[in-house]
Amino acid sequence: MIQQLRAMHGSPILEEADRLMTVCNSCRYCEGLCAVFPAMEMRRAFSDGDLNFLANLCHACGACYTDCQFSPPHEFNVNVPKTLAALRAESWAACAWPRALSGLFVRNGVAISIIAALSVAAFIFGFAAFIDPQVLLGVHTGPGAFYTLMPHNAMAALFGAAFLYAIFALAMGLRAFWRGLGGPSGTLPDPPSLWQAIRDAGQLRYLDGGGGGCFNEDERPTDRRRIYHHLTFYGFLLCFASTCVATLYHYLLGREAPYAWWDLPVVLGTLGGIGLVIGTTGLFAEKSKRDAALIDANSTGMDAAFTLMLFLTGLTGLTLLVWRETSAMGPLLALHLGVVFALFITLPYGKFVHGLYRYAALVRYAREQRAMTK
Amino acid sequence: MVDLTRKYDVLVIGGGNAALCAAISAARDGASVLVLEAAPKFYRGGNTRHTRNMRCAHDAATDILTGPYTEEEFWEDLLRVTGGKTDEELARHMIRESKDILHWIVRQGVRWQPSLGGTLSLGRTNSFFLGGGRAMLNALYLTAEQLGVDVLYDAEVTDLEIADGMFLSATFKHRDGHATIKASTLVAAAGGFEANIEWLKTYWGEVADNFLIRGTPFNRGSVLKLLLDKGVLEIGDPTQCHAVAIDARAPKFDGGIITRHDSVVFGVVVNRDAQRFYDEGEDIWPKRYAIWGRLVAAQPGQIAYIIFDASSRNSFMPTLFPPIESDSIAGLAQKLTLDPLALEKTILDFNAAVRPGTFDHTILDDCRTEGLTPPKSHWARKLEKPPYYAYPVRPGITFTYLGTRVNKQARMLMKDGKPSANMFAAGEIMSGNVLGQGYAAGIGMTIGSVFGRIAGREAARNARN
Repeated sequence: MIQQLRAMHGSPILEEADRLMTVCNSCRYCEGLCAVFPAMEMRRAFSDGDLNFLANLCHACGACYTDCQFSPPHEFNVNVPKTLAALRAESWAACAWPRALSGLFVRNGVAISIIAALSVAAFIFGFAAFIDPQVLLGVHTGPGAFYTLMPHNAMAALFGAAFLYAIFALAMGLRAFWRGLGGPSGTLPDPPSLWQAIRDAGQLRYLDGGGGGCFNEDERPTDRRRIYHHLTFYGFLLCFASTCVATLYHYLLGREAPYAWWDLPVVLGTLGGIGLVIGTTGLFAEKSKRDAALIDANSTGMDAAFTLMLFLTGLTGLTLLVWRETSAMGPLLALHLGVVFALFITLPYGKFVHGLYRYAALVRYAREQRAMTK
Repeated sequence: MVDLTRKYDVLVIGGGNAALCAAISAARDGASVLVLEAAPKFYRGGNTRHTRNMRCAHDAATDILTGPYTEEEFWEDLLRVTGGKTDEELARHMIRESKDILHWIVRQGVRWQPSLGGTLSLGRTNSFFLGGGRAMLNALYLTAEQLGVDVLYDAEVTDLEIADGMFLSATFKHRDGHATIKASTLVAAAGGFEANIEWLKTYWGEVADNFLIRGTPFNRGSVLKLLLDKGVLEIGDPTQCHAVAIDARAPKFDGGIITRHDSVVFGVVVNRDAQRFYDEGEDIWPKRYAIWGRLVAAQPGQIAYIIFDASSRNSFMPTLFPPIESDSIAGLAQKLTLDPLALEKTILDFNAAVRPGTFDHTILDDCRTEGLTPPKSHWARKLEKPPYYAYPVRPGITFTYLGTRVNKQARMLMKDGKPSANMFAAGEIMSGNVLGQGYAAGIGMTIGSVFGRIAGREAARNARN
């Protein structure tokens, strides 16, 4: 009866999300747990855009499932984390540019990432072997050693192109997402909201179950997922910073990689790589323990692909650092570059976008809250 | 695993707030504790799983409470809602103890939050559980487990062995059969009998078949019945229960808080014959909230319909079930299977009797009818703006008042007036001692936590001696 009387949506998951938000809006016990429920309370009915907004605002802490008196086996069957996870994945696929690539990735994320990484590694390896087989298995040290494998300009062009493509595709996706939310166009450039969202995202404010910790395998709250996510996220940022500093060294100071272990790009990259390896391993471990009731089985492949590529980026980078002065440097560098390349080009089609869209949702939330208190 | 051959210091029967507070407080005092919960794990906790706040006295504002709520003010509120049907000594003792419960319960892992949206009237008096009653229960169970308390689910108690006011053992459903457990002391915290339709029928007759039960089907009162049958003194009116108007489309059991309706003030309420039967504008929330379940129970078929129009559609909290809608009163009547002519006449008569006024649903305003029986004394506005809407409502039973008599130590009294040697009670099963009738938001949880803590402490002391 409830279903018949509500507005029709574009997909069964949107229908279910609408049903749940109607249940939750008449209860409101979870108001203090995160941003989703206060945002919900500002609405009496839910458009597709509203539901996609709420889905991306959800950090999947699981508290509302564990705390809910109506979660399964109750006949009201309220499972907000799982439904919003499925809706998030659906919203990402709908916003991906070009759209055709998203479906492909959702189904085969891990396979595509690995194949891309190995293909590029093989290409670089083969390219170098074709030019000069001695280069591959030789020992190279000192400035410019990496570029014996592949000239710096070729490397910069290849990765620059991949990076720019990723940026462009991500920007197109974000634009489609923001428009889909149907929010006022003036919201995104609102500095206080942008700053509030940076603070909320930077500390994963809404991944703490309202203060006690998030729920994963049972009703015991824990902060592990937040800690592992911090390691992964800040590890990723450090690696990115390392690449930026190295690029500046190269073009501004004329200093060529590899750099000494104490030099800034290596320190940043090493710390970042360690963060990535520990963080992603922890996230995998937590995911494997996670209560199946909380997991949207359809998007686990996509989640795993991104986490795996981050893990491999960190691992191959650290391995290269350790053995860069041996004859293994050639193959290891090819492998690392292949992984990084694959990470870049798959960014717009995988779990990476969760950060972008959740940030956008946090900006919108901050704006709505500010508008309400004014 | 739980060893059923041993003798526990304290046996707690029940699995809600009172039971867990008793188990925790006994375990903290060094007692070995077994909890028998009749429900499966998901449905554990009786009515606690649907609660959201607790009423505690406090002398100053806190992080989450907007101002002081003195013992005296609490007492006056209790006196008013019960119409004097309360044991003053016991009630004042509870209120005094509630001050410390506010902090004690936090030490047991429960987290507070400020009052929820739409409940500003409770922001000073009531502390809300972060995540609601089930979150509170989860925290208490975790704490109990860490203290070494044993818990069995699906363990409905079927018999109690009591001799001369002394508890000896309990028999309960266990796996596919029954098991018997001995304990030095008993804490009965197993709630009332609101989900026991057969029992309700002994006072209400067949109409009880049309009642909806707001909590789980496990609140059957079997422990209460055993205790009263075996010599414990009873308290509270056995015929009375707390009933509110809830959506008739709600499930038979466990619809919880989200099926309630508080839109009576915005329209008129008619029965199956399309006739009004009570002044919809008599009083403000929460008094009207607490009387409409009983009013509907007295109507034919135990059903009624709240009728309102487009001008009120967004004036109250969104509801779980959408209102039934039509562009005309006659069309609405057809959807509700009411007599269209009768409903049209009722609405026409009502509209004709409405006098002009300034509508304000937050106060007793001056919008009223004249020359109409029954009148609508406040908030009366003509129903003339289509579409027209209706919510079908039935009585939703929350809890029952019959219980076991206790003293300040939460110790049960026997029919001869003497205190039991080793039996204690806490929560809804003894709430009739302080709450003889009526209700004040969050007071059930106060009774549960305060007397649960006392019962656990006293039982542990009793077991040591």
